[in-house]
Amino acid sequence: MREINAKQITEVVRKLCIDSNLYLGEDVLKALDEGEKKEESPVGKEVFQQLKENARIAREEQVPICQDTGLAVLFVELGQDVHIVGGDFNAAINEGVRQGYKDGYLRKSSCHPFARTNTKDNTPAIIHLEMVPGEKIKITVAPKGGGSENMSMVNMLSPSDGIEGVKNRVVEWVKQAGSNPCPPIVVGVGVGGTFEECALTAKKALLRPLGQKNPDPQLAAMEEELLTRVNNLGIGPQGLGGRITALAVHVEMIPCHIASFPMAVNINCHAHRHKEAVI
Amino acid sequence: MSQPIRLKTPLADADVEKLQAGDKVLLTGVIYTGRDAAHKRLFDLLKEGKPLPVDLKGQIIYYVGPAPAKPGQAIGSAGPTTSGRMDAYSPKLMEIGLKGMIGKGMRKKEVVEAMKKYKAVYFAATGGAGALLAKAIKKAQVVAYEDLGPEAINRLEVVDFPVIVVNDTQGNDLYQQGMKQYAK
Repeated sequence: MREINAKQITEVVRKLCIDSNLYLGEDVLKALDEGEKKEESPVGKEVFQQLKENARIAREEQVPICQDTGLAVLFVELGQDVHIVGGDFNAAINEGVRQGYKDGYLRKSSCHPFARTNTKDNTPAIIHLEMVPGEKIKITVAPKGGGSENMSMVNMLSPSDGIEGVKNRVVEWVKQAGSNPCPPIVVGVGVGGTFEECALTAKKALLRPLGQKNPDPQLAAMEEELLTRVNNLGIGPQGLGGRITALAVHVEMIPCHIASFPMAVNINCHAHRHKEAVI
Repeated sequence: MSQPIRLKTPLADADVEKLQAGDKVLLTGVIYTGRDAAHKRLFDLLKEGKPLPVDLKGQIIYYVGPAPAKPGQAIGSAGPTTSGRMDAYSPKLMEIGLKGMIGKGMRKKEVVEAMKKYKAVYFAATGGAGALLAKAIKKAQVVAYEDLGPEAINRLEVVDFPVIVVNDTQGNDLYQQGMKQYAK
């Protein structure tokens, strides 16, 4: 049994909120470089240059990459041999979000769904908690912007639709989303599970580093085919026409009910942000 | 690449009529921010026949909810938000003289038709390039609805703010044209 103070959780979450919004990951920067090289459209190339310049300004001047600093989505892997002391776990996380969004000059985007009044501190955080063996806590903060999140879907397909059905639905969906989710995008696809687990699986697919294929050869092939098909749509950077609509397509799969065939799509914009820390 | 067109705000019919989908434009002058909640309030005032807190004649609205400014900054990161959510309100605002909208993403047919009818254009700024775009904003001042926080209406003074024309006054659509050109 290892004791971890709630204050330490707050401090880590605070820092992750700021860092994830300011510093674009090396994998994304590399994907932007490669995208710029492959892009044939002159306007599209220019967009890639703007995005790289934007990431540089954000990093050097310590300002958010995008003004939409998102809802604070957290994935927490809690070691079963950890005992949290000195405060409430959820409150500690929310306090970290509150401090991070204030101290980092990040936008507060959380509001009442009907009244649309802002909660003013970007809480409550969205917390996905998983218990794992060990005596550590791994926290990932993945701020999620509204523009890309609005282009999400869950579809309860019929088992008879098969893998082709899933692929076709993904391509149709990205086509329909068009310029809205700020292409070049990263497409997360979840297959299987239940309604809610499928959506979460699609979101988790976005956490995998860019350039890393699914270890399952069938899913890796599916990712490659989907990336080609999505990029053949011609939507291009910012939807202005071009070769690169998506930087990557990530597919994750889990077993489902014999009667079901759920699939979900969750899209990230090019500000593909997440940072993790282990306590 | 074509050279960008430099435009000063406010805009007259003649300024917007010469713009074509695909034109790169650098905007200088005053533009106003406004997104979901502010649009709803403006729209409700117009429905009730009441005056608006800002005169939108000849003006441009930038769909943005900026991040808070750090000390010494004019404004925090300030890239465009998805324009489609303003579609329900935009035709009414064009009817009273709004000449330009800046955002990202597709507009409804009704909005494109209203641009033809009332002589207005829709510009896209690069979504997600908020840190870069903020550089072109020299001054920001809340002029209405401060209670809305990031959704308040700001008066921005911009110099060479980079945008591209998506929908022009002839009904052309750069998103459709671009996709058609590059689809395989």
